Amino acid sequence: MSACSLHVLATDDSRTFGVSDYEGARARWCPGCGDHSVLASVEKLLASEQLKPEETVFVSGIGCSSRFPHYLSTYGFHGIHGRALPVATGIKLHRPELSVFVVMGDGDCTSIGAGHWVHTLRYNPDMVVMMLDNGIYGLTKNQTSPTTPQGLPSNTQPGGSILMPLNPLSVALGVSNASFVAQTAEFVPAHLYATLKAAFHHRGLSFVRILQRCPVFTPGIFAEAVKKPALVELLVHDDGVVVPEIEAIYKSRIAHDPRDIDRARHLADATETIKLGVYFKDPSRPRYEEVRRVTPRTPQERNDLLNAEFDRYAV
Amino acid sequence: MSVSNEVVVNGSTLATRAAPTIRRLREHTVEVVSDSGEGAQKCSQIFGAVTAKMGNGVWTVEIIPAEIQPPARVPEGASGNRIRIGAGQVTNWGDETNLVVAFNEQVLLARHRLKALAPDATVLIEDKWATHDDPEIREQWTRAMAELSSTGYRLVMVPMEEQCLTLVDDPRKGKNMFALGMLSWIYDRDLERVYEQIAHTFRKKSEAVYQRNVELVNLGYAWAAEHLDFRIAIPPEPNEQAMVVMNGNEALGMGAIASGMELCAMYPITPATSVSHYLSEVFEKFGGVVHQAEDEIAAAGVAIGASYAGKVAFTITSGPGLALKTEFLGLAIMTEIPLVVVDVQRGGPSTGLPTKVEQSDLLAALYAQPGDAPRVVLAPATIEECFHIMVTARRIAEAFRCVVMVLSDANLATGVQPFPRPSLDVRWQADALDLGAVPEGMKAYAWNADTGLSRRVIPGQGGGMHTVTGLSHDEGSKVAYSAGVHAKGMAMRSRKLAVLGSLLAPPTPYGADAGDLLIIGWGSTKGAIEEAVDRARAAGGSVASLHLRFLSPMEPGLAEIFRRFRKVATVEINYSDTVGDPYITEENRRRGQLSWLLRAQTLVDVDCWTRTPGEPLRPAAIVEAIHDLMPARGDA
Repeated sequence: MSACSLHVLATDDSRTFGVSDYEGARARWCPGCGDHSVLASVEKLLASEQLKPEETVFVSGIGCSSRFPHYLSTYGFHGIHGRALPVATGIKLHRPELSVFVVMGDGDCTSIGAGHWVHTLRYNPDMVVMMLDNGIYGLTKNQTSPTTPQGLPSNTQPGGSILMPLNPLSVALGVSNASFVAQTAEFVPAHLYATLKAAFHHRGLSFVRILQRCPVFTPGIFAEAVKKPALVELLVHDDGVVVPEIEAIYKSRIAHDPRDIDRARHLADATETIKLGVYFKDPSRPRYEEVRRVTPRTPQERNDLLNAEFDRYAV
Repeated sequence: MSVSNEVVVNGSTLATRAAPTIRRLREHTVEVVSDSGEGAQKCSQIFGAVTAKMGNGVWTVEIIPAEIQPPARVPEGASGNRIRIGAGQVTNWGDETNLVVAFNEQVLLARHRLKALAPDATVLIEDKWATHDDPEIREQWTRAMAELSSTGYRLVMVPMEEQCLTLVDDPRKGKNMFALGMLSWIYDRDLERVYEQIAHTFRKKSEAVYQRNVELVNLGYAWAAEHLDFRIAIPPEPNEQAMVVMNGNEALGMGAIASGMELCAMYPITPATSVSHYLSEVFEKFGGVVHQAEDEIAAAGVAIGASYAGKVAFTITSGPGLALKTEFLGLAIMTEIPLVVVDVQRGGPSTGLPTKVEQSDLLAALYAQPGDAPRVVLAPATIEECFHIMVTARRIAEAFRCVVMVLSDANLATGVQPFPRPSLDVRWQADALDLGAVPEGMKAYAWNADTGLSRRVIPGQGGGMHTVTGLSHDEGSKVAYSAGVHAKGMAMRSRKLAVLGSLLAPPTPYGADAGDLLIIGWGSTKGAIEEAVDRARAAGGSVASLHLRFLSPMEPGLAEIFRRFRKVATVEINYSDTVGDPYITEENRRRGQLSWLLRAQTLVDVDCWTRTPGEPLRPAAIVEAIHDLMPARGDA
């Protein structure tokens, strides 16, 4: 809605940005937390894309991972629990020229914010949405989340998580107009980086589930996968993510065309192995800020039109 | 002319009548009631708009059943509009209806039982039910007539359906236009204007629909001319001022446009939704977007996100939606993101009375928040103010980096009234976004230590990068847990309200500057309160009224004004306990919401008279309240 023509962006094309230009406050996550790995990949991506810090906004909710924006030197919005996506949608709707990234945890995204998650996938604004999934509430000290593996004890379910975990990929792939769904893991940094890069280049909402460990409460949830690379399969395709440097370790590969939604859903439901890669991608799906774009008006134009409107209501 | 309970069957006793009696009046109140879906509202909306456009003062109130399709022929299904017509400006819905068009006897009973009709009201009623094939309906008719027989109403039988069947197959879809024709004859409305208004109302329908409606209006007009023995003349007072006529929700929508806001995020809720209906129709033309969010919370979030990134945005809701938005409002206040929140109040608590007026959200608007979250609360008193308050709200939100709540209500939302056409000013609108670099060293919250005010920095501004946070933070928006930083932020956010308050002028009492009794009101009750004050003063009462637009911060000088009166009391449409009821004492009594605030603010013993009738207050009821509240001679 707001007029690009009215925005006089301060440009300084001679500037170049290195990784350190994006660093903010020193990250205060626990040592060994997967969030550090994601932050490093994101900083590398920002530098690689030469995104101007003043035209980049990171939006988060509440949780360990939602401290993310504080540790960058872009604009940041650290909001309330579960509600990062409406804020990000508002930013993108009003200022489509900004690069918008959203960082949420599993509780933030799939529990308290689940309604926003489903609907924002449907709006499909052009932004990168990272769900840092460590299967536990960490900031509030060890409560079961929707993605906690069944049987894993926590302070709220000491006898072990009672229900089958929610499958975020299946949910995302079930939403009309979802346009990019991928999974990666903090313990495969090269894949994480490549996936974030693919997500950034997709035009539309790129939903990336990032598997990670909480060193304090869920250190063991991917222990087997870390030890046995055979438990991890890579979805590979020229239109998805291809990471040659990890193929020596991760030999199990599935050729998957991300346009194939039916197979994507099938792969998402098959959780015996961990499958990393782009499950689905369709850049032709309409983006909300474009669907809703309107002709900008100057104050004088607006008043002229409003005077005409008054004529309809004139006595 | 008015013979008590005179029954005129099919107008036939009037067939050879002489020229109709023309009653010249200062004001008259008419209503059209039908089953839901029979179009009484369309009929009366058109009649009200035409009447306003002919220069009369009007105030219309919707009569709305709670259900979309209640069963036919039941009192609780009564649907329609009531229009008070005046020679001059009409500021409220008045007391009782003088003329009723009723499509069946059950909806008439509903209005009778609500004591909505004047004792000598004239009723034009569809007569087909008296001779209906269904014996049960005939029995209902007979019982209704028996219930009404003790009244002084003048019942005039009208064969509406029989007449309409000469033109249309389904009279349910035609009677309303026939009724409009009758009213047009009775009140001598300009038929060309009626046709124009029909064309506007049915602009999305076919030419055939327009033609049929015009024919039905002409039929009703001709029938009335042939059969009725009275007409009403309310010559408008000359008025040179250019006027516009609309309801309060349309005025809020146009005010939002005039303020230059470009994003309305909302979720459907009665009675606020019609603002977004209006905006959805026109907003894009003005460079604006209505975002219908997935829920009330998201609506607040999208507005906050947009506002954070640029121009002030707004969200519109009613009580239950306000409850859901509160966490986000706290965030906007903590992060000093400007935001305008419109609450079109309805009856509460919970789902309450969704379609009816109440003023029960005042304390929620101020305080519904964990933690200290100071915000501005404004309440428009008239439909005209619904327009202008949006401009004021946007400017305050921007200048003070704060949340501004606008408390309208169902009475303003659906009431239709002419008001002076606003002279638009481009300065009412936000400037284009300034994305210039931030001065070296300027902080995200560079609070002026005296005022708490600071310059807003938005994405796109070089050198201004920071992360806003709902956590306690310092001037640089850095998360800080120290008590000193927390206390400073609290003081700065609160200080802004005092600064705004210092810029306001003391309000002026209506009626007198001093006296025995001062009535205080807020919101949509202004017209009724001032009319009651006029009547009470005409009868010798020493009473004045004061109407507050700013509820937070309050306008200055209130305590000083209160001291000039022997007694001060609020009149509000919300709940208060009545002393003398079981367990209720002067000490434990729960009071009206404004009186609660005023007592805290001024330490004056502000009494209250409140009612929650599910309808606007009637001036006559307030006159009685004034009588009851009036301090006895010799009281301190």
